[in-house]
Amino acid sequence: MIESRLPDFMTALPEIWLAGAAMLLLLIGVFRGNGGTRMVSWLAVVAIAVAFVMVAVSPAEREVTFAGMFVSDSFAKFAKELVLIGSAATIIMSLGYIRREGMERFEFPILILTATVGMMLMVSANDLIALYLGLELQSLSLYVLAAFKRDSLRSTEAGLKYFVLGALSSGMLLYGCSLIYGFTGTTNFDSLTTLFQGDAQAGIGLVFGIVFLIAGLAFKISAVPFHMWTPDVYEGATTPITAFFAAAPKVAAMSLFVRVLISPLVGVAAQWQQVIVAIAIASMLLGAFAAIRQTNIKRLMAYSSIGHMGFALVGLAAGTTDGAQSVMTYLAIYMVMNLGTFAAILAMKVKGEMVENVSDLSGLARTQPMLAFVLAVFMFSLAGIPPLAGFFAKFYVFKAAIDAGLFTLAIVGVLASVVGAFYYIRIIKVMYFDEPGDAFDLPVAGELRLVMTVTGLFTLLFVVFPTPILAWAQGAAAALIP
Amino acid sequence: MIYVLIVFLPALAAVLVGLLGRRLGDRASQLLTCLAVTASALLSLVVFFDIALGSGEPQRVQLLTWILSEELRVQWALYVDTLTAVMLVVVNVVSALVHWYSIGYMDHDPHKPRFMAYLSLFTFAMLMLVTADNLVQMFFGWEGVGLASYLLIGFWYEKPSANAAAIKAFVVNRVGDFGFALGIFGIFFVFGAVDFASIFQTAPNVAGKTWTFLGMQLDILTTLTMLLFVGAMGKSAQLFLHTWLPDAMEGPTPVSALIHAATMVTAGVFMVCRLSPVFEYAPDTLAVVTIIGASTAFFAATVGLVQNDIKRIVAYSTCSQLGYMFMAVGLSAYSAAMFHLFTHAFFKALLFLGSGAVIHALHDEQDIRRMGGLWSIMPLTGIMMWAGTLSLAGIPFFSGYYSKDLIVEVAFAGHGLVAQYAFWMALIGVFLTAFYSSRLMWMTFHGPARAEKSVMAHAHEPPLVMGIPLMILTLGAIAVGFFTHDYFTGHEMQEFWRESLLVLGDHDPIEAAHHAPLWFKFVPLGLAGAGIALSWYMYIRNPALPRRIAETNWPLYQFLLNKWYFDELYDLVFVRPARWLGRTLWKGGDGRIIDGFGPDGLAAMVGNLARRAGQAQTGYLYHYAFAMLIGIALIVTWFLVAG
Repeated sequence: MIESRLPDFMTALPEIWLAGAAMLLLLIGVFRGNGGTRMVSWLAVVAIAVAFVMVAVSPAEREVTFAGMFVSDSFAKFAKELVLIGSAATIIMSLGYIRREGMERFEFPILILTATVGMMLMVSANDLIALYLGLELQSLSLYVLAAFKRDSLRSTEAGLKYFVLGALSSGMLLYGCSLIYGFTGTTNFDSLTTLFQGDAQAGIGLVFGIVFLIAGLAFKISAVPFHMWTPDVYEGATTPITAFFAAAPKVAAMSLFVRVLISPLVGVAAQWQQVIVAIAIASMLLGAFAAIRQTNIKRLMAYSSIGHMGFALVGLAAGTTDGAQSVMTYLAIYMVMNLGTFAAILAMKVKGEMVENVSDLSGLARTQPMLAFVLAVFMFSLAGIPPLAGFFAKFYVFKAAIDAGLFTLAIVGVLASVVGAFYYIRIIKVMYFDEPGDAFDLPVAGELRLVMTVTGLFTLLFVVFPTPILAWAQGAAAALIP
Repeated sequence: MIYVLIVFLPALAAVLVGLLGRRLGDRASQLLTCLAVTASALLSLVVFFDIALGSGEPQRVQLLTWILSEELRVQWALYVDTLTAVMLVVVNVVSALVHWYSIGYMDHDPHKPRFMAYLSLFTFAMLMLVTADNLVQMFFGWEGVGLASYLLIGFWYEKPSANAAAIKAFVVNRVGDFGFALGIFGIFFVFGAVDFASIFQTAPNVAGKTWTFLGMQLDILTTLTMLLFVGAMGKSAQLFLHTWLPDAMEGPTPVSALIHAATMVTAGVFMVCRLSPVFEYAPDTLAVVTIIGASTAFFAATVGLVQNDIKRIVAYSTCSQLGYMFMAVGLSAYSAAMFHLFTHAFFKALLFLGSGAVIHALHDEQDIRRMGGLWSIMPLTGIMMWAGTLSLAGIPFFSGYYSKDLIVEVAFAGHGLVAQYAFWMALIGVFLTAFYSSRLMWMTFHGPARAEKSVMAHAHEPPLVMGIPLMILTLGAIAVGFFTHDYFTGHEMQEFWRESLLVLGDHDPIEAAHHAPLWFKFVPLGLAGAGIALSWYMYIRNPALPRRIAETNWPLYQFLLNKWYFDELYDLVFVRPARWLGRTLWKGGDGRIIDGFGPDGLAAMVGNLARRAGQAQTGYLYHYAFAMLIGIALIVTWFLVAG
């Protein structure tokens, strides 16, 4: 007799709540029409806030449910908190933008919500199937969001490119999963962990599987050579969506990456480490060099995110809990810096038109000194200049790499960050030393100022209060290896 | 306390005037520095009478500890014995007179406070040098006077020639200072101390020992003293390192009188005398010192014969007289050298300041071919300069007579080839000195006036503020030798110098010189007289003769006029290769290699890579998909091959 028992829903309560909220909001949206977008948006923020509280109060102990498909531990908690913050901030930042640009449709916040549910499922995945489901839920939402401005050629092109390439990467991912299943007979992470314990030697077929799995995940974090979509999509998508792409999904995909590699596959680290090292080096270098000649600031931020994912991979390449901790710290700091930077980019508006060229920032220090200062802080931080938060993010990943004996990787990383510093600091130069061009419209929307203030303070003050982030990241990383 | 005041009054004045000169104003700046240095000079005289002439013991005043590092212990201390007391008088008296004189001479200059501050700064550095009780402190003063000299030569910084001369003086002195510094290092290495007391105590034990230096087995003390002497050569403009001194005449004339005649250039002589307890144990070095000194005395005198710039003639004369001093030092006649240093300070400062009065009167004319006939206009200056000239020429009972004749006699009484060489050089030098110094006088004050009428019409005696210092110096040039020769080199010698100079062996060269035959006393005198007479004949009686001689001996004349082509030689041997090397390293080494591969090359490479990375982003979907597939294919291949 087959024993039938209801799974433990409580463990997945935040996801269930958010999914339900998304559907409820959809109903409200349909009834109210596009006029209710603003209300739906705020309700979505409230739903996310409630989910955040649920995540925050959920127990830190590891709990597994849905027949081992779903796991909740402090690692998932940390990643989910970041994701929820990123999503909420995106919705808030986009409020003014979507209205101005004539894309005020209630589906916008709801798509972000569904993507968020997908991301939360990703970071809680404890099975290759669950991994794929979460990933696809997220991706499908993102494809639509990328093309959300239907009447814009560039936006639809971006959505289409992202979709086609995303499908290709999903194919690779599934192929990798099937290979792994074929050679091990299981898709469950816990079983894989047990399987690879000791001096396990992965066969060539399994290595193939792992490589394809890595390729699929690398696509999501836009690591070289699976990064090609990033500049086009970042530039083509509307700015709040770009900000979203650069924040929450990166965190979710990278967390998933960390979980897969550190938790079930840590036993065969020797095999995947070389791949990660190669990808990290390629990403850091491309991010550093290709951004130099960019004139569009969104495109520049695309290369910047490629580079930053490379840096985060440096910590992952270490293959240790310290490495995992450094990656999670990196993600937290990176997401905050990025949200702040995009909030500043969203404030780049001249006579009601959005502008997105670096040259439009000319002489900003004289026309809007505060905005220039905040943006300068983010640029210095992204470049990794002490004592700003971005410096510590890089510091911890390089430290983890050096502790793991990956000296070449660390040296290349430092050199790449030197090259990368050029284009960040060029923006500061343009703002502070060039002749002022057209002044940006005033006042800057309140929600943007809020985001910039919070993220700016975080970036400035991390040096004084680093402990909470470091402790959370440490707890999260410790949960990976039981 | 009195010693501290002597040294630091000028320093205080220099700092006050240097920093606050603009606020104080010209007159206050001048008075402040003049009074400070004058007070210092009067106190120096008190010290001189107490320690040198009286029975006061040598004094050591500890100021501060400078460096304390394991074995290396350096103190800031003032050490005053007879040798220092003599130098204090020379430096402070001449400096005070030059300070006052400068008030008149620099009357039209817009930067008076700066000038006065530099002069006082120089005085302070020179006093540090002469009161040093260890080599490091002496080096501090040594570099300090070098700095002040550089600043003052280049005082008129708008003049390119003045800047060039200042740099030349500094660079040539660096060569000497390099030797001096090496000598100090060596002394610390060998003696484990840098203070004079310890060095002098240990020196006899080191004498005769050898070490390996530059791969050669050399006598330790000879090596060290040679290095120190290189320093002295640079500072005192001895042959091979003399080229900066004539050029230094680009500075204002009071500077030439103070720094480049009376005080700084004699620092080398002073240094060797101070270190006589070390040099005495290095007879080889002393021989070299004698040869260099004698050669300089001769060389500079020959060049002086044909120069036409009034200040350059006096400058070469200084160079030549310094040669005499070193000649005496080399022959162990330290007291004679110091005596000549002492008298020379008066008559040479007098000649320089007198020349300054002439230049001042003739509106900055320095060429003696455009002078002449000034006797009727400024007889007082003429008389005073004649006193200086006769003193320089060694005419009896002028100050220079006592000191210079003594040196010639020391050389005469010396034994060996070196002394012989020195003697002949000195003797010829006496004749040449008398000739060129009286030539200067004939050309300047006598004969027909060759300056333009308008210039001559404005010529005048110097104002009192310049005249009185001249008179005081004239008194010194006439009488100081007569009154002090007994102390410096006569019967009172032992009580005068006491422990401050050391002469080894039973034979005292001074003693030997005094036993020179009576007839010999008349030889230098005759030569000097002949020199003066000949120059009178050539420049007053038969003014066409010099040109004829020059034309018949054209190569020789050119050789002398161009200062034995030393500048040209150095230009060829040192300056051009250095410049070539510099250019090569700059253009080739730095520009092409370091910049090319470094900053510029890297930047270009980054730009290039950036362009290519951008080009890869074609915008075509199938390119992107292809890149992903290629990427995964590469990774898989890598595993197949490597793993």
